[in-house]
Amino acid sequence: MALLSNTATLLAKELRTEFRSRELLTTTVVFILVVLILFSFAISPTTEESREFGPGLLWLAILFAASLMLQPCFLREQANDTLSSLRLAVSDPFAIFLAKLIANTLFLLVTEILMLPLFAAFYNIPVLPQLHYLLLVLFLGSLGVSIAGTALSAISAQARMRELLLPLLLLPLLTPVLVVSATVSVSLLDREPVVQWKGIAFLAIFDFIFLTALWLFGEYLLEE
Amino acid sequence: MGKRIVFGVAAVLLVVAAAYANFFVAPTERTMGLIQRIFYFHAATAWAGETTLFVCFVANLLYIWKRNPKYDWLGVTCAEVGLVCITVVLITGPIWAHPVWGIWWTWDARLTSTFVLWLLYISYLLLRSLIEEPDRRALLSALFGVFAFLDVPLVFFSIRWWRTQHPAPVIMGGSGSGLDPTMNRVFFFNVFVMHLFAAFLIVERYILEKMRHDVDLLQREAEAQ
Repeated sequence: MALLSNTATLLAKELRTEFRSRELLTTTVVFILVVLILFSFAISPTTEESREFGPGLLWLAILFAASLMLQPCFLREQANDTLSSLRLAVSDPFAIFLAKLIANTLFLLVTEILMLPLFAAFYNIPVLPQLHYLLLVLFLGSLGVSIAGTALSAISAQARMRELLLPLLLLPLLTPVLVVSATVSVSLLDREPVVQWKGIAFLAIFDFIFLTALWLFGEYLLEE
Repeated sequence: MGKRIVFGVAAVLLVVAAAYANFFVAPTERTMGLIQRIFYFHAATAWAGETTLFVCFVANLLYIWKRNPKYDWLGVTCAEVGLVCITVVLITGPIWAHPVWGIWWTWDARLTSTFVLWLLYISYLLLRSLIEEPDRRALLSALFGVFAFLDVPLVFFSIRWWRTQHPAPVIMGGSGSGLDPTMNRVFFFNVFVMHLFAAFLIVERYILEKMRHDVDLLQREAEAQ
């Protein structure tokens, strides 16, 4: 129970920090927007092509944005020298990770929801009919991205060249998330939509495995 | 020292013997012809690389648990040797694929997951080069190694279930299924030789890593005085 209350307190802190400046959210939204527009310039898809490739490009944009957005997650604590006090304040360091990854998932989801209408308009893909399933895929995918990303940003924050290192560590690790969520989204946004439950289950399994690994090894990531 | 030389010479001689077996002992495959002979080398190196990276994963776990620098040395050693094996696999594969399939590369489950595996261990070594302090480097890279290894089956199955358009190549369907008995013997001889050769590289690289550590220690002592 201490874990839950600690997590709740830390999550409130993460959200408060972000909503005071809204730095992360603004930059991420703009970044995804820029990438989506550039993609469309680079390939100028027809309606059929955008149905086929659009969701993959959206997920790629999300992954790129996440690998930048997750940078400050532990860097900020390090710059302000607050990591050791955080560690002292909670009984289980997993609470720190849990709070950060929930916050990151929420930030990602907010940006995705803000981006979705623009994506639908730019790529001519109606997203409303399958919105609930799409949101489920976005949630499970973003959760996976945040779990792996939070863990790896704790690693990269302690190295040199950290800004470049995080995408290099994170993006290959997220290959399964990209493959599965892009495929599931493509079949959801098809003219004859299909819900690929196997893919959705796979995303949940990915989240579960990495959450368990983080729970087991998280405390070592924060060792001084 | 003597033992190491004997081991090294034996490993190299066995690699030569394996090459001889591949070219002259194994019968020529009916449809693919000569080029199929690269299979023995290609698949055996892949197996050796996978074993080595598994040892790397175990060493990473042991380091996190025991904090003995020996496991860190073993970890980096196996990552490097494993990476060399995977590189060889990624080079020999297309050499074989081009005449047989007509293409250098296909985004098939096995090819893609091997490539992602290669990328992950490149990142692992990159991470190591970017952390100065030895204890921190050892711990953080061990943790990344564990995450990376956990990812490999997920990559494999995600691509196998959602991205493979063609059925997997027939030649390696099941270990040695449909292989001629001589081919089978040659293949497993290659597997043995490649494992032995990887073990030789691991021993040498491990000793080098240990010496590096000792020099580092001496240097620090000298600076402290």
